[in-house]
Amino acid sequence: MIRIQDVSKIFGQTRALQSIDLTIPAGLTTVLIGQSGCGKSTILRLIIGLLQADSGSIYFEETKITPEVVISLRRRMGYVIQEGGLFPHLTAYGNIAMMAHYLGWNNERIRKRLNELTELTSFPSDGLDRFPVQLSGGQQQRVSLMRALMLDPDVLLLDEPLGALDPMIRADLQVDLKRIFQALGKTVVLVTHDIAEAGFFGNVITLLRDGKILQKGTLEDLVQSPADSFVTRFINAQRSPLEVMRKDFK
Amino acid sequence: MKTYLFVIHMFVCNIIIAYFFPLAVYSSTLEIKIGSKKFTESVILGEIATHLVKSAGEQPIHLRELGGTRVLWNALLKGEIDIYPEYTGTISEEILAGEGVRSDEEIRQALMKRGIKMTNALGFNNTYAIGMKGEVAEKLKIQKISDLRLHPDLKFGFGNEFMDRGDGWPILRRHYNLPQQNVRGLDHDLAYRGLEKGTIQAIDIYSTDAKIRYYNLRLLEDDLNHFPAYNAVILYRSDLEERAPHVVTVLKKIESKIPESEMVKMNSRANMEMVPENRIAADFLSEGLSLETESYEETAISRLLRHTREHLYLVAISLSAAILISIPLGIVSAKRPKSGQIILGIVGVIQTIPSLALLVFMIPLLGIGGPPAITALFLYSLLPIVRNTYTGLHDIRPHIRESAEALGLPPGARLRLVELPMVSRSILAGIKTSAVINIGTATLGALIGAGGYGQLILTGIRLDNISLILQGAVPAAALALIVQGSFEALERFFVPKGLRLKPAA
Ligand SMILES: Nc1ncnc2c1ncn2[C@@H]1O[C@H](COP(=O)(O)OP(=O)(O)OP(=O)(O)O)[C@@H](O)[C@H]1O
Ligand SMILES: [Mg+2]
Repeated sequence: MIRIQDVSKIFGQTRALQSIDLTIPAGLTTVLIGQSGCGKSTILRLIIGLLQADSGSIYFEETKITPEVVISLRRRMGYVIQEGGLFPHLTAYGNIAMMAHYLGWNNERIRKRLNELTELTSFPSDGLDRFPVQLSGGQQQRVSLMRALMLDPDVLLLDEPLGALDPMIRADLQVDLKRIFQALGKTVVLVTHDIAEAGFFGNVITLLRDGKILQKGTLEDLVQSPADSFVTRFINAQRSPLEVMRKDFK
Repeated sequence: MKTYLFVIHMFVCNIIIAYFFPLAVYSSTLEIKIGSKKFTESVILGEIATHLVKSAGEQPIHLRELGGTRVLWNALLKGEIDIYPEYTGTISEEILAGEGVRSDEEIRQALMKRGIKMTNALGFNNTYAIGMKGEVAEKLKIQKISDLRLHPDLKFGFGNEFMDRGDGWPILRRHYNLPQQNVRGLDHDLAYRGLEKGTIQAIDIYSTDAKIRYYNLRLLEDDLNHFPAYNAVILYRSDLEERAPHVVTVLKKIESKIPESEMVKMNSRANMEMVPENRIAADFLSEGLSLETESYEETAISRLLRHTREHLYLVAISLSAAILISIPLGIVSAKRPKSGQIILGIVGVIQTIPSLALLVFMIPLLGIGGPPAITALFLYSLLPIVRNTYTGLHDIRPHIRESAEALGLPPGARLRLVELPMVSRSILAGIKTSAVINIGTATLGALIGAGGYGQLILTGIRLDNISLILQGAVPAAALALIVQGSFEALERFFVPKGLRLKPAA
C-alpha cells in the first residue's frame, strides 16, 4: 500500500531518519515502535506530506508522494496526531465534519456517516455538540479517530493515539481500536513506544533506533530472535512494573 | 463567515461614502472657507469674516484655530481655504521672508504673483512686543527692550512661532545684543502662566492682547525699532473675485473699521468674559457697521453633538480602513517571514513617530482637514492589529496547524476555517487597542482643522478655560471606554464559543 524507499531526513544536526526502507502492507496493522526521539513521528509526517524527505521517495500505491499530489492523497489517509490536534474553536461535530462540509457533502450524508462512526467508536452522540475542552481525554481521542475516519480513508496513520490516557481507559480503548481495525480491514500504521501495545495491535512490528530500522517482525520474532542486544533490552525494560521494581531494589 | 463578509462590506461602503463625500451639501450657495489661527484675535476676525460671507448670501465654513501661519498660508495657496486674517508684518517677515518686501504695495505685488490678494488695513496694528510683569519690570527698572541687556539672568519664554520667525528672537537678540541664555520655546497660552508663577520673566506678546491688562503686564518700548508694523488685513484668493465678487465687496466693508481699542475690547470679551467669538463678531458688525447678522449661538449640547459627530467620523473611517488593511498585512507577515520582517518593521517605525509630528507631516501631502487627519490616524492604528494578527497566527500550536494540513485542506481553507477563527480573540484585542489609541490621538486632529473633541480642548487652552478643556477631554475618554466596552461585547460574535470556554477543572 505504502512503500518507503531509502528515505533520509535531517533536522539541522539531528539525523532523524537514515535510509529507511519500509513497506506497509494493505489491510494490516503495522506498528512503529522505539524510544522517544527515534523518528517514529517523522515517518508518519513524511507519509502524510507534512515533511519532505531529504533523499529517497515514498509511494502511495503507485503514486510518488510529492507536494503537488499530496493534498488529494491526504483525503485518502486519516491521521491522528500525537497531541490529538482537535480544533478548540469547533465542537466535536464541527471537528469531525469539517472536511466533509468542505467537500460539499449534504447534511443527510454527513449525519449517516456520523451515526456509523459514533457507533463504531462507542462515542455518546450527545457529546457531539461539546467543545474539546468539555470532553475527557478518552473522548477526545475518539473524536480525533472519527475525524480521521470521516472520509473513509484507505489508510489510517495513528501517532500514539493512546499516549496521554490513564491505564484503565487506555486498555478499554485498545480493545475498541483493535475491534475497529478488524471491522474496517484498513491499512493502519500505528506508532507507540509501549511493547505490549505493539504486540496487541501489530501484525508487523518495526523497531527503530536513532533513525534506523533495527528489526522487523512479530512480537514473537523480537523476543525469540532479537537482532541485537538493544532489542532485548528494549523489550525487557518494559516487561512489567513489578519486575522493574525488583530490579531497582537489587 | 457571512457575518464577516457583511461587516467588511459595510466598512468598505462607509469608507468610500465618507471619504469622498464628506458632509455633502447640495445647494446653489457657494461654500466659502475661512481659516483662522489658533489665537483669539484671529478667531474673532475669522468670525467677522464668517458673518460677512453669510450676509453676502453664501455659505461660510469657518475652520477655526487651524494652527500657525504656515498651515494657513499653505491652505490658502492650495485653495483649501479662501480667506484668512493676517498681519502685514507677518507677511513681509515670515511668509515672504528674504524677499525684502516692506511697503504694502510691494507686499500686494508679491502676493499677486501667488494668486493671493489683500484688503486694506483693518485699522489696528498688532505688533509684537516684549512683555513683563509690571511689578518685576518696575523693580528692575526696565522700560525699554535695551534695558534687558543689564539683566542677563532673566528667563524668557517665547511662543514657538516667535522663536524662529524672521523678526523673532534670534534677530531680536542680535539687534539689541541681548545676553540672556535661558530662553524657552513654549505654547503662547502657557507662557502667561509661567509669567504668573515666576518661572519666566519675559514673553512675547501681541500689542492688542487682552491679557495685557488682566495680568498687569508692561510692554517694553521697542527703542531700536525692531518690530515692523503688524497691520491686520484679510487675505483672500484672487479667484474669489471671479467666483464671488460680492463676497470680496462685503469683506472690504471692515477696512479701517477696527481701531486698536476696539480690537482689545473684543479680545478681552472673548478671553476674560468668555463671550463666544461668534457673538462678539455679530455685536461688532451691528454696532460698528450697522450690519445686522444672525449670530448662531450653539448650545453646549448641540456643540457636543457636533464634536462627537466629527470625532466619530475621524475614528470610524480611519479605524475601519486600518482593520481592513492590517488583518491581511498580519496574515502576510505570518505566512511570508521575509515580507513579514519588512511589514512589521515599517508599521513599527510609523508607531514611533510622535502623533503630533505624524499629523503635521500630513499637511504638505494632504493639506488640512479630515483626509490628512484620517490618514495619520489610519497609519497610527495599524501596528496593534498587524502585530496581534501576526503573533496570533504565529503562535498557533503546531499540532493544530498540522492537523488542519493533514486533513487535506488547502492553505486558503485552513486560514479561513481554522487559523483565523482561532486568532479572532487576539485580532479583536489588537483592534481594541487601536481604537483606544485612535480615539485619544484624534483629539489632535483639531490642530489641522479636522474638528472633533480636540477643538474644545484647543479652545479651552486658548481661553484658559478648564471647563471647556474638560468638555472635550471627558467625552473623549468616555468614548474610548464605550468603544472598548463594545468591542468586549463583540467577542460574543467574533470569538467562537469553544475558545471562550474555560477548560473543565
Ligand atoms: N521540526 C523539527 N526540527 C528539528 N528537529 C526535529 C523536528 N522534528 C523532529 N526533530 C528531531 O528528530 C528526531 C525524531 O523526532 P520524532 O518526532 O520523529 O521522534 P519520535 O520517535 O516520534 O519521538 P516521541 O516518541 O517522543 O514522539 C528527534 O531527535 C527530534 O528532536
Ligand atoms: Mg512522536
